[in-house]
Amino acid sequence: MVTGSLKILLGGEGGQGVQSVAAVVAEAAYAEGNEVLYIPNFGVEQRGGVSIAFLQISDQPIAAPKFRYADVVVALSQRAVARTEQYVGLRTVFLHDSAVGGVEDLLAGRAARIIAIPALETCRRESDPKVFNMVIMGALLGQTDAVSLEGAKAAVRGKMGARFAKQPELRELNEWAIDRGMALVAARQ
Amino acid sequence: MAERPVPEEKRVFMTGNEVVAYAALAAGAEIMYGYPITPQNEIMHYWTRLAPRFGRGFLQTEDEISAGFATLGGVLAGRRAFTGTSGPGHILMQEPMAMAEMMRLPMVAVIQQRGGPSTGTVIYSQQEVTMTVSGGNGEGLRIVYSTARHQELYDYTIKAFNTAWRYRFPTFVLGDGYQAKMREILTIYPPGERGIEMVAGEPYLVGPGEPGTDRPPVHLRNTYNVEEELNATVMELIRAYQAAAPEIAEYQESGTGDAEVVVCSHGVVSRVVEEAVRELRGRGWKVGWFRPVTLRPLAESGLKAVAARAGRLLVVESAHGQFARLLKEVLYGSPAVLETMFKPGQGFTVEEIVARVKEVARGGRS
Amino acid sequence: MEPVMPKCWRGESKPHKFCPGCGHGLVLKALGEAIDETGAMGRMVFGCDIGCSLLAWDLFNLDSVQTHHGRVIPVITGFKRANPQAIGIAYMGDGGGYSIGAQHLVSAAIRNERITVVLVNNTQYGMTGGQMAPTTLPGQKTETTPYGRDPLTTGAPLKGPEMVAAIAAPGAYVARGTMANPRRLRNMLGSALRNQMQEAGFSFVEVLSACPTNWRTGPTETWRFVEEIMTEYYPVGEIKVPLEQEV
Ligand SMILES: Cc1ncc(C[n+]2csc(CCOP(=O)(O)OP(=O)(O)O)c2C)c(N)n1
Ligand code: SF4
Repeated sequence: MVTGSLKILLGGEGGQGVQSVAAVVAEAAYAEGNEVLYIPNFGVEQRGGVSIAFLQISDQPIAAPKFRYADVVVALSQRAVARTEQYVGLRTVFLHDSAVGGVEDLLAGRAARIIAIPALETCRRESDPKVFNMVIMGALLGQTDAVSLEGAKAAVRGKMGARFAKQPELRELNEWAIDRGMALVAARQ
Repeated sequence: MAERPVPEEKRVFMTGNEVVAYAALAAGAEIMYGYPITPQNEIMHYWTRLAPRFGRGFLQTEDEISAGFATLGGVLAGRRAFTGTSGPGHILMQEPMAMAEMMRLPMVAVIQQRGGPSTGTVIYSQQEVTMTVSGGNGEGLRIVYSTARHQELYDYTIKAFNTAWRYRFPTFVLGDGYQAKMREILTIYPPGERGIEMVAGEPYLVGPGEPGTDRPPVHLRNTYNVEEELNATVMELIRAYQAAAPEIAEYQESGTGDAEVVVCSHGVVSRVVEEAVRELRGRGWKVGWFRPVTLRPLAESGLKAVAARAGRLLVVESAHGQFARLLKEVLYGSPAVLETMFKPGQGFTVEEIVARVKEVARGGRS
Repeated sequence: MEPVMPKCWRGESKPHKFCPGCGHGLVLKALGEAIDETGAMGRMVFGCDIGCSLLAWDLFNLDSVQTHHGRVIPVITGFKRANPQAIGIAYMGDGGGYSIGAQHLVSAAIRNERITVVLVNNTQYGMTGGQMAPTTLPGQKTETTPYGRDPLTTGAPLKGPEMVAAIAAPGAYVARGTMANPRRLRNMLGSALRNQMQEAGFSFVEVLSACPTNWRTGPTETWRFVEEIMTEYYPVGEIKVPLEQEV
């Protein structure tokens, strides 16, 4: 369980899997006994826009569905940086994929920490870009005490159970990605 | 009937639309009529997946005018019937709502407000308040529950069926896109286990017996020939509504005893207000909050009492004064100063409400 | 190879907002070409319904208006009645045209309104996330027919152009095209616009189109659905052509 509260904002291109990451972390946090509130930002365009997820995990009931400043922002694309920038405060940790440029300059002095993770590149080099979002989730887990690694993996299994049963190698791939993300962020500490 | 949809008390983590579907099932709703519109769609999606397992019905109609009138048909047949909609669809549904008011048909509608006017946004607002409490060409003889959290969405969806059938006025559960789409924790339960007895439906038409022999035939009307007749009918409706109102009206308040500023809000905004007030109280500010749960009928005496004690009220809403107008009507003549914080179609954060309350409180001191 | 864009498309409004593989893009391209051919862009008014069609509101270098769900036909009708010189195009989905706005389609056809209606048939409601439409095929799964559409309780799929042809006045032009044959589609849309410009009567073109997002299909399956499965139920071709149409 978390102590206090944790506000996480995830942003990425439609199809990058931002909402799946938020849903999995939310599910795991719920299973670990926290108060959780997760709301996707949704518009009329199903694809092609920036997709945003507001996720709050707390030991107290949660008030507003959305918040002013995030403790952690995760941005997966250039446009997501522009879209999430307004939620960055002096105590915000800003996690982004290293393929996205210009973040240091943009946020210099405005965030607590900026961490670039070569998630996409690692996926391309070492396995498969389709688990990009799971690498990102691993990094998020490594950076926060939102949920335990085991809890997150269990939530992924819960969500993907049917597909894992059909393709067991998919489960391995996902778990590899989560571990890899954690390692990548640990290397940046 | 097959197995029970909510067999036992259970803690769950769901979206609001899923909560509504479960609540309606648990309440014994027998049929839903609807037309797709965001952010209400998933009520239908969950309902169409779950309902057949429990012998409940569904019809996707050609538009919301039809969805509303078909719901009235269901009610006339004595069924616990409901519909759900939002924004532009809600506009269309005002026509059947007017018939429900005139003929006292206990139709239940769940409204997940989206941004307006026009197609607006599919996201969120509190801009359907005026339409919900007083849309149509009548006197607003409806019951409106404005919920703030998933637990209430569950509790009041169940309650709406009972209020509707007990008092025979159309009843709304007024939610919004945030509540529809967000996931949070709540406890679902079979109403019976909490001592909630569901009021049985009863056919208006084609009830038991042979018309003409066992009983007189039923003739329901909503059209009158002369002014006097119409006036008498409407006055009778109004008297019935006013008699029931004190039993129906609900509100919540906190810290209003010694507060210099009382923040008034409804629905999902109230949870943000509550948190802002809690923070300010912790830092010694004399502030409180007041929240009507029913927007129609409004808890008039509760509101008047709060206004009489506090010098200042701050009305916070995601619309431009639709909720404030309801309060003003009750507060006419009260010396309390009414300050506002309006953001049509947009949500609030705790931080901005805290800042505004401080501003209003300081204004009060100087 | 960069596909050639119709002249009436606005360069700046690309990339347009449809999902990858969406049929709307192909339909609008054919429509754009047909509009180019008329050389009468200054007289055109493009109305879109609410549905994924609304995403085309700023696609053309034409005056355009977003309307309400199902209501683009009355808006364009009203416009045309007030300005008979205008060329009115109503662009809409199958939910808008055959469900919530069906009365408007029927009435416009009966009154032989001099407007052109282009209706995209993608067998379900795209924008709201894949619910049943009047065009959903028997057995097809959608969000509100999770166990497959059952014609016994929800009716048989509507054959819109056949219905319109049956009630439309003699001067009307009615056809069903497909995104799978853009050239033929462009010709149909051209005939429809000319029919309006010659004041012959109402014109209506339904277009078979793909919604891979809600169908949850990959490219191969998507095309197979449009070309084989949809055409089995919805034959492509001209259904009503004015006798004296000069081409
Ligand atoms: C009165 C009203 N009811 C419902 C809606 C919600 N709505 C928006 S688009 C749409 C359906 C879109 O389907 P279709 O017309 O088939 O077009 P497509 O998106 O597939 O192109 C609906 C139901 C609305 N905007 N207005
Ligand atoms: S939802 Fe379907 S119709 Fe709409 S843009 Fe996407 S693919 Fe096209």
